[in-house]
Amino acid sequence: MTDTVEQVPVPLDVRSVGTRLARVDGPEKVTGRARYAVEHRDEEGLGDPLSLWLVQSTVAKGEVEAVDASAALAHDGVLRVLDHTSAPRLEDTEDGELAVLQDARVHFRGQIVAVVVAETSEAAREGAALVEVSYRAEPHAAAFTVEGATYRPDSVNPAFETDSDDGDVDAALAGSAVVVDASYGTPYEHNNPMEPHATIARWHEGDDDGVVLRLVDSTQGVHGVASTIAPMVGLGKDQVHVTAPYVGGGFGSKGLPHANVVVAALAARETSPRPVSLAVTRQQMFALTGYRTATVSRMRLGADRDGRLTAIEHRAYAQSAAVKEFAEQTAVGTRSLYAAANRRTSHRLAVLDVAVPSWMRAPGEMPGIFAHEVAMDELAVACGVDPVELRVRNIPERDPETGKPFSDHRLVECLREGAERFGWADRPAQAGATLDGEWRVGTGMAVSTYPGYRMPGNEARVTALDGGRFEVAIGCVDIGTGARTVLTQIAADALGVDPAAVVLRVADSSLPPASVAGGSSGTASWGSAVSAAAQAFLHEHGRTPDPGASLTASAADDPLNGDHVFHSHGAVFAEVRVHRRTGEIRVPRLFGMYSVGRVMNPTTARSQLVGGLVMGLSSALHEESVRDPRFGHVVTQDLATYHVASHADVLDVDADWLEGSDEEFTPMGARGIGEIGIVGTAAAVINAAYHATGVRVRDLPVTADRFLGEG
Amino acid sequence: MRALDYVRPSTPEEAVAAVAGDEDAMFLAGGSNLVDHLKLGVARPGRLVDVSRLPLDEVATHDTDRGTVLRVGATVRNADLAAHPVVRSRLPGLSRALLAGASGQIRQQASTAGNLLQRTRCVYFQDVTTPCNKREPGSGCSALEGYGRYNAVLGASEHCVATHPSDMAVAMAALDTSVVVLGPDGERRMPSTDLHRLPGDEPQRDTTLAHGELVTGVEIPLTDLAAVSTYRKVRDRASYAFALVSVAAAVRTAGGVVEDVRLAWGGVAHAPWRARRAEEALRCGPVDEQAVAAAVDAELAEAETSEATTYKVPMLRGATVETLLALVEGEDA
Repeated sequence: MTDTVEQVPVPLDVRSVGTRLARVDGPEKVTGRARYAVEHRDEEGLGDPLSLWLVQSTVAKGEVEAVDASAALAHDGVLRVLDHTSAPRLEDTEDGELAVLQDARVHFRGQIVAVVVAETSEAAREGAALVEVSYRAEPHAAAFTVEGATYRPDSVNPAFETDSDDGDVDAALAGSAVVVDASYGTPYEHNNPMEPHATIARWHEGDDDGVVLRLVDSTQGVHGVASTIAPMVGLGKDQVHVTAPYVGGGFGSKGLPHANVVVAALAARETSPRPVSLAVTRQQMFALTGYRTATVSRMRLGADRDGRLTAIEHRAYAQSAAVKEFAEQTAVGTRSLYAAANRRTSHRLAVLDVAVPSWMRAPGEMPGIFAHEVAMDELAVACGVDPVELRVRNIPERDPETGKPFSDHRLVECLREGAERFGWADRPAQAGATLDGEWRVGTGMAVSTYPGYRMPGNEARVTALDGGRFEVAIGCVDIGTGARTVLTQIAADALGVDPAAVVLRVADSSLPPASVAGGSSGTASWGSAVSAAAQAFLHEHGRTPDPGASLTASAADDPLNGDHVFHSHGAVFAEVRVHRRTGEIRVPRLFGMYSVGRVMNPTTARSQLVGGLVMGLSSALHEESVRDPRFGHVVTQDLATYHVASHADVLDVDADWLEGSDEEFTPMGARGIGEIGIVGTAAAVINAAYHATGVRVRDLPVTADRFLGEG
Repeated sequence: MRALDYVRPSTPEEAVAAVAGDEDAMFLAGGSNLVDHLKLGVARPGRLVDVSRLPLDEVATHDTDRGTVLRVGATVRNADLAAHPVVRSRLPGLSRALLAGASGQIRQQASTAGNLLQRTRCVYFQDVTTPCNKREPGSGCSALEGYGRYNAVLGASEHCVATHPSDMAVAMAALDTSVVVLGPDGERRMPSTDLHRLPGDEPQRDTTLAHGELVTGVEIPLTDLAAVSTYRKVRDRASYAFALVSVAAAVRTAGGVVEDVRLAWGGVAHAPWRARRAEEALRCGPVDEQAVAAAVDAELAEAETSEATTYKVPMLRGATVETLLALVEGEDA
């Protein structure tokens, strides 16, 4: 391994970046040749895995008294059953979510209490049904209430201050001409990527390094899996070799390994050298692979009669799990969105005996900006000010939180251009003014915002090949976003070659380290490292290097500790129709106008933004996990009862962006685009539903029954 | 894996004998409901008797002593039935109901008899870790105090509040459909409204069929009234969702008053709900907003709602008013 060079990247001379290079992995995917995690059979040693099936707790709190595996073991094809008495010991049990099969404690209903190893998936499944687990149950708490949310976390995801307090909010509210004071709720939501979490694991003697744990995993970060799992199973990080060539979506739920990966590693150790295969079922995902907590946001906005904000208070309440803390940063987005002299935010948690919440599709921003932007709509109504104009009046000169200037703040342009394209000017000011046949029609809007994240710890390696080609390697994962394509373009421009001359290698933990595909940070984080490596390579080896010449570099600049703050912005506009007799809701038009720095590839970018808008639409109208607190688990645990938007719900959805570039942030001029499409969208839909009907809904999802009377 | 017998008889009589003689046997047709239940552990039969390839796939008109009927074989796929020219022209409400159900893929797979005989839906029925009287009689009903958005508001019992999810069966209930049943002792016919039952204290029984009885087909009268039938489904998303409420209806007026009317509801009960009281209330009166709302309220007089299902009352009223008013407007066109 060669040393890593630290290189401050310089802005790219863009040629391929910004063009519509077709997805480089498109043919593999549309022809079905792309292999997903548990489909891998080609690699030596992985060809004939045993199957695993998880046994889950049926109590929410207590202890496992006994695991009777006799019937399971008598079943044809079942080889063994591992429980807390028989599974290998972990060397590190700090992480309560991951330290499974180590003791008798049950922390939530659905926790893994045993795993069945069998010759076939069918035998493992039946074996799991035959395992008899007895429990000593204890009273549990699984119902989230604001009153119960009294715990103050030390920080909120990932490391933000829990509370903030500037000026005198109470005095400002008391002196405000107009006050909006209301609570807004978002439900439990589950990520539900199309490909469930899945792993092949093989524990074997390597050629020279001793033991190797080989994992093919459906993950958003191969290095994160290796560095999390390795110390738990007593191996060095380099002894855990993780690949994730294709991943069928993650949406945050594959950002860090969950307990299923630990179970696969433990079982593989027992069956060594034979590999094991563990595919989590859709139903199991509702207990084991993360979700968004329900949130309640108590918003208090004070303003003058023209709608200029004098006070913003956002008190956020959410739920965490007793076994492992996760604090959704619901109110953090509020800190930088609008100008007001007096601002206060806080986060409090109810700690319950439930499954562990985690990252899901714009954690923090999605529920928090939803609340803020519906409150802003209420403020617009209260002041009699057009909702677009109200936002324009409150845009801050500098980041209210830090006092630093924004690198690139073009929200006003998004608002004006978006309103123009949507036809906002034709909108009647009054709610409930338009009836088209049986349908009430309205329009609404909301602002979208997402921080520019650039993660540390990224390196890329450039190696000259023959024929003027270059291998560019970085251990990041393309979870379906188009990262392979965009990194190829960035590498091509940084090297000054055609994209066809770039051989990109990703998705392997033996490649240079890379951060998680999360926080909309992938392109910015990995692309900066790729740019730095390419530029350092050219500096070191010139434009006609000898084949074999190689260099690994990281980007030495750190814009997040510089003079600016980085946020993307957008304005989302929705048309909503509500049936006057049945309350059914349709969204015939949804349009988002964004400022995201430079767009790397209009085809993949549009897909990201439109995909985000669809997820926002889905959260507005459909998505809700219903937990039954008597049992402690989610009872809407399949895609028949956990609704996501169907094709028929997604009508005219479109996105566009301002041409621009943020070279303060990255050498490509890009900020992230993965999540901003989600943020604000549900608020735009809710605000449009109000405009259609005069009924103000403050809790997601908005469903037909909200518009019907008591009967 | 859990071993089970699989047999594929070549005649309906053999199929009946194969199930009737084996307590643990079940018929398998399209499998779109049963296979899910096998995977979830909700159904654990010892033997599957595959009837999907029996010669029961004909759709044909027949003149009977009850007039002309459309006879539909048990294994006719939902997609094929929805697209059948006679269904489209003479039974539009049935075609619409079929197309409102499930997804394109499932409609290609699901059979006519299987659609009728699908189990009632409830999240607790599908979750073997929770009590459910339908799955395990006597274990209790989790839905009474639990997730209730899809619960019944008519004809439920303290033992079960599940709803029948079929759209097709609601249209058939409105259209005076007969179900043809083959049992060990021969063939019998019954109105489709007698096929499904209310839960009472035996929620494990969704239908009145005896073990081993095979639905071989249905017969739908091809009346003038059926030719103006329609179906309206209200659901939580625009496609691929079960009904919150649904309305199957047909109406004929003369001189501004109702001569004849058919009305059935889905999403409200353990069975498709033929709204006979509402029909009676509408007969010989006008079809206007007040009259239809009053008829709906007459039918709902004994409805029992919970906080989770209160919405179904105004939703049913709204959907029924809209549907009947549109049908009457259509008469003039």
